[in-house]
Amino acid sequence: MGKKLLLQNIDVPGINTYEVYRKTGGYKSVEKVLEQKNPDAIVEEVKKSGLRGRGGAGFPTGMKWSFLAKPEGVARYLVCNADESEPGTFKDRYLMEKIPHLLIEGMITSSYALGANTSFIYIRGEYFYVLRILEKAIKEAYENGWLGKNIKGSGYNLDLYVQVGAGAYICGEETALLESLEGKRGNPRIKPPFPAVAGLYGCPTVVNNVETIAAVVPIVNDGGDAYAAVGVERSTGTKLISASGHINKPGVYEIEMGVPVEEFIYSDEYCGGIKNGKKLKAVVAGGSSVPILPADLILKTAAGNPRLMTYESLADGGFATGTMLGSGGFIVMDETTSIVKNLWNFSRFYHHESCGQCSPCREGTGWMEKILHKILHGHGTIKDIDLLWDIQSKIEGKTICPLGDAAAWPVASAIRHFRKEFEEYVNNPESIQDVKHYFNVHNVAEA
Amino acid sequence: MKNIEFSEETLKTIREIINRYPEGKHKSALIPILHIAQSEFEGWLSPEAMSYVAEILNIEPVEVFEVASFYSMFNLKPVGKCVIEVCHTSSCWLMGAEDVINHIGKRLGIKPGQTTSDGLFTLKTVECLGSCGTAPMLMVGADFYENLTLEKVDTLIDACKSSGKSSSYLVDKMLG
Ligand SMILES: Cc1cc2nc3c(=O)[nH]c(=O)nc-3n(C[C@H](O)[C@H](O)[C@H](O)COP(=O)(O)O)c2cc1C
Ligand code: SF4
Ligand code: FES
Repeated sequence: MGKKLLLQNIDVPGINTYEVYRKTGGYKSVEKVLEQKNPDAIVEEVKKSGLRGRGGAGFPTGMKWSFLAKPEGVARYLVCNADESEPGTFKDRYLMEKIPHLLIEGMITSSYALGANTSFIYIRGEYFYVLRILEKAIKEAYENGWLGKNIKGSGYNLDLYVQVGAGAYICGEETALLESLEGKRGNPRIKPPFPAVAGLYGCPTVVNNVETIAAVVPIVNDGGDAYAAVGVERSTGTKLISASGHINKPGVYEIEMGVPVEEFIYSDEYCGGIKNGKKLKAVVAGGSSVPILPADLILKTAAGNPRLMTYESLADGGFATGTMLGSGGFIVMDETTSIVKNLWNFSRFYHHESCGQCSPCREGTGWMEKILHKILHGHGTIKDIDLLWDIQSKIEGKTICPLGDAAAWPVASAIRHFRKEFEEYVNNPESIQDVKHYFNVHNVAEA
Repeated sequence: MKNIEFSEETLKTIREIINRYPEGKHKSALIPILHIAQSEFEGWLSPEAMSYVAEILNIEPVEVFEVASFYSMFNLKPVGKCVIEVCHTSSCWLMGAEDVINHIGKRLGIKPGQTTSDGLFTLKTVECLGSCGTAPMLMVGADFYENLTLEKVDTLIDACKSSGKSSSYLVDKMLG
């Protein structure tokens, strides 16, 4: 059994309630920081821990915190990103639903470190029942003096609110999230200025993922060094992995960074192998946006070393033979899966979710979806495959926010590793039983 | 069509929400209020409902429309009593979402985006709802129905029909 730093008490009955959470050592990190009265020391511990943002980009959290501007007399905000809409990712929901006080404790400790007196948890609208769980937990935290004015006599004030979204993948992007929180359309902002300087209401703001904020609790309790001792290389601590697709045991797993991918897929402690005794075909390891890898390359790097569940090892080989840890949305596909059909589904998703501000993303995602639809239905040509490659290469890096890249990478990697399959659809459509008309391409009302 | 007006109690909740934000930043309350409006006014946002919300926040109706039209959870056309929202993204897609959608569509005689002529059901396809480990899944109101089989879907549709269980079930939850 690997070490757990977040979910070790998840099976304790009643852990979602304040009483039980507190009895298992909950809110100790808040007591500790209020006693020490040294916010900068918390930032130092987070730096030492090597914690990297768990929302997808993996940016060092301590460094992000130290960039926060602190002009005199201006409010600062901490905003927790609980939008979790990267396809294949459901770990934040699991954490918030099962152990909501862990997030709240992390929010209080982190807000204190950053000097924020009002903080928000932005949660996607579809997680409505989780919003209610969080609100109940927040109420308990207020009633027990962990939130509000003069927390535990320390002189520190903090109000914590949950803000609800309304269905838009793009609102997971931090500046789109801030726009949405301000009551606007979720159009990403042009950076700079970065949120650390001008974020919510133009004030200095830190945006962090749910899991990142939760990880601050063990870091404060046991110290940054203890956290950094878990894991390997620059991938310290533990990571929540959302495992789904053709596996025997889908679910959320807290792993020590460094578990071999092969062990993660096949051992009974984790995914328990491929469903129905089938063979592994491909994995999307970090949420729908990251490059897809075929079985041989996800289990071993191009150099033949075992691939590990870490930022570095998953990225080994760059985009030619590697991928990314991303949000930890681990989607497994068995040998019966049609890569073309699934890529079309991803492309449909990105087209639907493009906010439309940048032409390469707005037009490119729609174009890619159309071509894939054509290929899928047996009307494609070899030229279409090349065109697809060309289009994706013209989106990447040319847009305001990384959604453009996120739409391009799956296309690039699918063609790179599975070109033969695309050619099969083009040259031999009769042999492909999937060639038929799907009627659920779009909601009629939106078409 | 119900009267477009919130009850005194709902208005109190709305005032509480508005008070969360710093002075002059009350527009932050727009999305939460639109959720409340949608669940109170028959599951969709009519032009009248949007104007009413604009009035409450003292902003232009077009600002409300601009936002309402951006987010997929807001319905800008009337919907059935029971809105079935089926996830058709990555993992649900791998695990048979297509069969679920086709099955519901056939049973109800509608396509995604349409409403049955008796006004009971609307079928919607939606993007990943963060329940991929229990795929395929769908949502009615605020409730997730997971690890779907076609039998489970049939049971759900029958239950909606006989109990009149509707998405406005969300109303109670929306107002806490
Ligand atoms: C299109 C897009 C969607 C994103 N969705 C999410 C999300 O759902 N949750 C999340 O935490 N971060 C998401 N991110 C990353 C955020 O922009 C941001 O990097 C993150 O919230 C920072 O927190 P972290 O440093 O703790 O990871 C998304 C980014 C992009 C470009
Ligand atoms: S890349 Fe796409 S989603 Fe991002 S700002 Fe541009 S159009 Fe919008
Ligand atoms: S793919 Fe359907 S819930 Fe995530």
